[in-house]
Amino acid sequence: MGFLELTHVKKQFGVFSAVEDFMLTAERGEFVSFLGPSGCGKTTTLRMIAGFEYPDTGSIKVDGREITNLPPNKRNVGMVFQAYALFPNMTVAANVGFGMRIKKQSGEAIRKRVGELLELINMPEKADRYPYQLSGGQQQRVALARALAIEPQVLLLDEPLSALDAKIRVSLRNEIRSIQRQLGITTVYVTHDQEEALSLSDRVVVMSQGRIEQIGTPFEIYNFPSTAFVASFVGTLNALQADVVDASAGIVSVGGQQIRLGRPLGAAGARKTIEIALRPEVLTLREASPDANRLSGAVDRVTFLGSIVRIRVALDGGGMVAFDTFNNPHLAVPADGERVTVSFPPEACLVLDRSVEEVEAAVAGAEESLPQHVDSESDILP
Amino acid sequence: MRRRRGGIAWWLVLLLGVLYFFLPLYATLAFSLKAKPAFAAYTNALADPKLFSSLGYSLAVGIATILTSLALIVPTAYWVQLKVPRARTAVEFVTLLPFVIPAVVLVFGLVRVYSQPPLPFTHTDAGSTILLVCGYVVLSLPYMYRAVDTGLRAIDVRSLTEAAQSMGAGWFTIIVRIILPNLRVALLSGAFLTLAIVLGEFTIANFLARPAFGPYLNLLSGFKAYEPAAVSLISFGLTWLAMIAIAFIGRDTRTRIEIGGAH
Repeated sequence: MGFLELTHVKKQFGVFSAVEDFMLTAERGEFVSFLGPSGCGKTTTLRMIAGFEYPDTGSIKVDGREITNLPPNKRNVGMVFQAYALFPNMTVAANVGFGMRIKKQSGEAIRKRVGELLELINMPEKADRYPYQLSGGQQQRVALARALAIEPQVLLLDEPLSALDAKIRVSLRNEIRSIQRQLGITTVYVTHDQEEALSLSDRVVVMSQGRIEQIGTPFEIYNFPSTAFVASFVGTLNALQADVVDASAGIVSVGGQQIRLGRPLGAAGARKTIEIALRPEVLTLREASPDANRLSGAVDRVTFLGSIVRIRVALDGGGMVAFDTFNNPHLAVPADGERVTVSFPPEACLVLDRSVEEVEAAVAGAEESLPQHVDSESDILP
Repeated sequence: MRRRRGGIAWWLVLLLGVLYFFLPLYATLAFSLKAKPAFAAYTNALADPKLFSSLGYSLAVGIATILTSLALIVPTAYWVQLKVPRARTAVEFVTLLPFVIPAVVLVFGLVRVYSQPPLPFTHTDAGSTILLVCGYVVLSLPYMYRAVDTGLRAIDVRSLTEAAQSMGAGWFTIIVRIILPNLRVALLSGAFLTLAIVLGEFTIANFLARPAFGPYLNLLSGFKAYEPAAVSLISFGLTWLAMIAIAFIGRDTRTRIEIGGAH
């Protein structure tokens, strides 16, 4: 039995199905991220855990206690919002101590805990400031301290870094992770930023159109995507059409050039053509091991981007792959039109169950089916 | 050359505005000072105990109106904003009705319904005063609702509410400790407008035979020449004092909330 359990959770807004049959078990102290595009149901699921929405069916349990229909103020769940949501009429210290005052804790206990938390977020000198006197990053750190002050069983973060600039985002991201580890608090983090999800989480739940596409560690999600959606949404990839040559041996042909997949094709082998994907980082122009796959072609374009050089190769027989190499003044960069051979290990080939175009069309369709005035997921809520 | 002509035009518009607003005041002042000896209209007006009793009564009714309006409108506007934003248009329409229904129609309706059993409010002074307050609540609805609604739109009501809820706060705590303090300036604006309406209102108070300031001023003008002008200016001065008080109270809001409502 997990610490946070969501079982067959479903939520519908009118005819729009926001969350479908959501199942998740998170262990105590685990950091789980919900990752997906706008309208995929990640925020709705988080809000159901917080109690701001109630599921149509299914149950939510924390530490074995059923909280599905409890009001939010009875759940002991801390929440950090994208828009900070600090109380403008209160100082930093009053904001952080608000939940403890509601719980009628003694003034001394509140002062002590507020002091500890302000130390934790490195803002002890800002206790008497008002929210409007703080930067966005500082406000979000105060919001985090405020959520932690009530010693919640579960900490929920709803795209907490989206409103911040890139530099602050990275530093605050590391801070959130280190505080979470220090306190060992079970955390659910909603984001559409794959880098955030991969760098912070013990496990990532990738969602699309209200459904879970895959649950796994960041390593599993990135390296072994179980669906075409996950493969295309997490990281970048090169998609190629391939004709099945020998399904049992895992041999396919890309524009007439045979490659091995390193494993039998399984169900996908029943089709004549399949979609395979290659992560840019598995591709190289350098000499590879004898059992590596090789695809020949001509350099279509070389783009210099400072620390990296992006090379795009038009494969013989059709198809295009792009990959980056680190810039090195002593490295000979191929010229446009030069004949090259791109190598990659057989096990690096990802076989997609749907084509990337189909997945992109499905994602675009999902976003179009949102109500007209909606531009972010939280806006679809009534 | 064109810029200079434009500048002159702006000064002309400003001058016209000043004349439009201050000429009647000046005329009233000049007329009130014609009484002999000098300032007799003011000393006579201030010597009349009915001036203060009617002003005191209107002030008390005004405060009761403000408190009732706040108790009705703040939770309603908050709930509409939070839970049923789609109903906002309908609620706004309802709050605008006092603009199209004349006060005389309202008071006739009140008298007709509440002057006979089972609700014979007009049979007692207290009952009539309660009716007066209710009538004023309706009259002040467009101003108070707009002030509160504008104040609510200036803050992220949903996030603040949810943040407070997640920390264990109930609805009463949220309204009293989070929403109301952040609406302070908007509420003051609404309260002031309500007070201004109540102090100057004549129709409802007259038909309900209440000893309010409006009927007193009307009565005074029936048999005195200069005193009504003096009393008008005194009430104008009191209104300005109230405005300055609001500006003073709202000067340090410690928030970035814009002053809400119509001013």
